[in-house]
Amino acid sequence: MSVETVVPFVMVLIAALLPLSLLPVMIWAERKVSAFIQDRTGPNRAEILGIRLGGVIHAIADVVKLMSKEEMTPARVNRFYFVLGPFLALFVPLVSFAIIPLADSLNLGGTVIPLRAVTLNVGILFVLAVTSFHVYAVVFGAWASNNSFTLLGGLRSAAQMISYELGLGLSVVGTVMVAQSLDLGRIVEHQGGTLLGFLPAWNLFLQPLGFLIFLVCIFAETNRNPFDLTEGESEIVGYHLEYSSMKFAMFFMGEYIAIIGASAVTATLFFGGYQVPYLDTDFLRAHSTGVLRVMLVSMGAICFVLALLYRRYHRRLTALYHDRRRNEARMLGGMMLLMGLAAVVALLFVSPLPEAGGQVVVAAVQMTTLLVKILVVSFFFIWIRWTLPRFRYDQLMGLGWKVLIPLALLNIFLTGALLVFSGRT
Amino acid sequence: MIGVRKIGRPMDLKERSYLVEVARGLAISMAHFARNVVKQDEMPTIQYPEEKRVLPERFRGRHRLTQREDGTPRCVACFCCQTACPADCISIEATEREDGYEKVPARFDLNILRCVFCGLCVEACPCDAIRMDTGKYELSGDDRGSLIYDLNTLLKD
Ligand code: SF4
Ligand code: SF4
Repeated sequence: MSVETVVPFVMVLIAALLPLSLLPVMIWAERKVSAFIQDRTGPNRAEILGIRLGGVIHAIADVVKLMSKEEMTPARVNRFYFVLGPFLALFVPLVSFAIIPLADSLNLGGTVIPLRAVTLNVGILFVLAVTSFHVYAVVFGAWASNNSFTLLGGLRSAAQMISYELGLGLSVVGTVMVAQSLDLGRIVEHQGGTLLGFLPAWNLFLQPLGFLIFLVCIFAETNRNPFDLTEGESEIVGYHLEYSSMKFAMFFMGEYIAIIGASAVTATLFFGGYQVPYLDTDFLRAHSTGVLRVMLVSMGAICFVLALLYRRYHRRLTALYHDRRRNEARMLGGMMLLMGLAAVVALLFVSPLPEAGGQVVVAAVQMTTLLVKILVVSFFFIWIRWTLPRFRYDQLMGLGWKVLIPLALLNIFLTGALLVFSGRT
Repeated sequence: MIGVRKIGRPMDLKERSYLVEVARGLAISMAHFARNVVKQDEMPTIQYPEEKRVLPERFRGRHRLTQREDGTPRCVACFCCQTACPADCISIEATEREDGYEKVPARFDLNILRCVFCGLCVEACPCDAIRMDTGKYELSGDDRGSLIYDLNTLLKD
């Protein structure tokens, strides 16, 4: 098999598995961050052989619980649509990951291999189309449940999502105008380099208004607080009232995958995607050996810091509780120490890399950068949720139609005017 | 026709943009988050099974029956506690006693499942025979029977 066939395959795997593997991390982060913001400790009890990972095991416990629950299907529902709803809710957000450029294209002796699962030159339209598909999950789930409350909930959320889709679509037009392309790869490439000599040329700085509108709309699209009128778990009945067991879990997981997907799109459109700030691909490729060294050093450093933190954790636990968690701290700390040592040892054996190897290293660095950006934006999603109260429904609609859409149009106009006057078109 | 009365004051531009207040809110929650990440040990949460709250001196825990110097119960089976109890937890059977005191409980059953921990039984007792000063509050059992405490259990503490 040649490289050209293997690489896309690997990319598809990454695009499919990355959001799925970030899912437990997101659920854990949601709980821990909310706990810390509210001065609580958060989950820390579920364990496997004394290993608690600070609460990550709770995600596994959740899955076990949800799978062992009874699967209820209400009488006289349309079974096909009833199952299709949660299915769409889980898989539609997963698809938007496919066109995110994960790193700059490989260039092996003339053959250019793009590092993303699907190369589409209308990438941004695909993202918008796929996000709007999420409405169907909600509507199918709501309507097929044969329950007037879920139907009301579904209508409410459908109206919300459709209204905010307009703002979402209009807010990215500015970005497209700046990059002069609908292709996400082009949009990311355009964000390399610097602006005014000191800012990274991210669309965040080129399109501040567009970014703000996009952010608000993407919150409403993913049904996150402060726009989570779809669920409003504490006071209003949502569209997934009739779902139980794994079908409910699919809605639940779909929500988090949608957040990860939305973070990836936000990072790609406004935070420079895979671009490492100040260092463009050519520079990185020219210094690939140095990049590898820096990568190993920082990996080692992170591992050592983690080992140190675990040591502190262990001491505190021994002093406080004398319980089994200190074994865990000892074990994970040791593992981190070993990994750090491995990184240091590997550092000794680094020799100048061949061209292809250097490109792969650079691709890995860029993917890590993208991942960090995705995690930061996801954190922001969680942070907002535990800060702001929910909007009232008329306020939500007012904000969407009367504020965001006119502002988005204004943004398009301003961008166009600036582009024309600066002679870029 | 339905009249609409607008209440409240109109929001000015700063408030309607929400941005300033959102930023302030975010700053507050971030301050809490950062403090709790850095100083986890200072978090007010008590890690319950490992750590326990220091009980106040007059905490009403599980009951006990006090004893005389010779080890016999102080209780004279006067039924005052049984009468005072609002939840009807206590049931006593009296029997005669030879050594100068008139009565002694033959059975003293206290159904902790019904108890509301009001302490009226303690107040009512003329002999200081029943107290709630054991400081025990982890009262659970596998069946109902194990939570109806009898004379011996109550005398033990
Ligand atoms: S504490 Fe109150 S409820 Fe409990 S046994 Fe005594 S009187 Fe009854
Ligand atoms: S009030 Fe005191 S002495 Fe009277 S029966 Fe109750 S415990 Fe015994």
